[in-house]
Amino acid sequence: MSAVTQPGIDPAAGQPIGPGAEQDEILARVTQELQDKGFVLANVDKLVNWARTGSLWPMTFGLACCAVEMIHAYMSRYDLDRFGVVPRPSPRQSDVMIVAGTLTNKMAPAFRKVYDQMAEPRYVISMGSCANGGGYYHYSYAIVRGCDRVVPVDVYVPGCPPTAEALVYGILQLQKKIKRTGALWR
Amino acid sequence: MDQALKELAEHLRDQLGDKLTEAEVRLGELTITVQRDSIVEVLKSLRDDSNCMFHQLMDVCGVDYPDDSPRFEIVYNLLSMTHNTRIRVKLRTDEDDPVPSVAGVFSTANWFEREIWDMYGGFFSDHPDLRRLLTDYGFEGHPLRKDFPLTGYVEVRYDDEQKRVVYEPVKLTQEFRNFDFESPWEGMERVVLPGDEKAEAEPEEEETEAS
Repeated sequence: MSAVTQPGIDPAAGQPIGPGAEQDEILARVTQELQDKGFVLANVDKLVNWARTGSLWPMTFGLACCAVEMIHAYMSRYDLDRFGVVPRPSPRQSDVMIVAGTLTNKMAPAFRKVYDQMAEPRYVISMGSCANGGGYYHYSYAIVRGCDRVVPVDVYVPGCPPTAEALVYGILQLQKKIKRTGALWR
Repeated sequence: MDQALKELAEHLRDQLGDKLTEAEVRLGELTITVQRDSIVEVLKSLRDDSNCMFHQLMDVCGVDYPDDSPRFEIVYNLLSMTHNTRIRVKLRTDEDDPVPSVAGVFSTANWFEREIWDMYGGFFSDHPDLRRLLTDYGFEGHPLRKDFPLTGYVEVRYDDEQKRVVYEPVKLTQEFRNFDFESPWEGMERVVLPGDEKAEAEPEEEETEAS
């Protein structure tokens, strides 16, 4: 076995147990418990949260200049792919919606429709001043004063526009939130 | 450059006659004012005349002068690639008087005129499809008019009971404020900053010394 491991990580831990006496023993214990009680207890929540945080697929919802910063976050320098964050063109495939930009009155019903089409569990990241509270256009006749008037928001990323790393930080905060509050059902 | 524009202005005066009410060269730009009803013929001759060749309509915009009698001004900006010249054509109108649409002369005018209808309420006759262009579906009012309030009349919100986005009268938590950035000290006359309570005597002494 090669000795190339990251420092501080026990190479033995996390390795699958190969066929042999050890594996037989574990399987026998599980079978015993199933026969005895009819169910097994395991930490499913943690597994589910791991899966959810590891593949947060965002709905592509760029509305204004913030979208450019969002694109920066996706591209090679910050590379959101490594967090399992892959932009999707369809609300049916996405878990999180990044509202990047100014939400206008005209867009609001369409925006809500897209949100309604997303499958549970769904999350919303409000990116930039305009999405957070109207921002520069707060007093305009055509602007929704914060996208939280239309959908429930999980994470607000401040800035005008926020930098790409701010958005990455927001996504990490959302992962934390999912880990903290996440269960099978919200 | 100015000379060429002046010659062009003279040429247009001869050619358009009564249709042209004013021609002016200012800051190196030629601006002509024409009769409202003759705009189609004017733009057509500007496009087709060999001395003009204004083949591109760059922009059509509106201006609102709320105190003037024909209230709106419609401005057509044209470019001649052939002669490397630009011209600005103006006319006056108001809510009731329709302007003949030039969408038949320049197809790009279609959306420009829709935008003016949307933003100012200037009406264009014979327009193929005069709908609102930019504002919300069912929007009321014309936002770029000077008497349209900045925050408008309605705002939207998602109603959880009706399960749809609803419109409500605007309710602001804080009114829009105008700041006078010309005078940075306005409103700062009687403010005593913490720790400055005893410092009041000092400026007075300085004043007496100076006088």
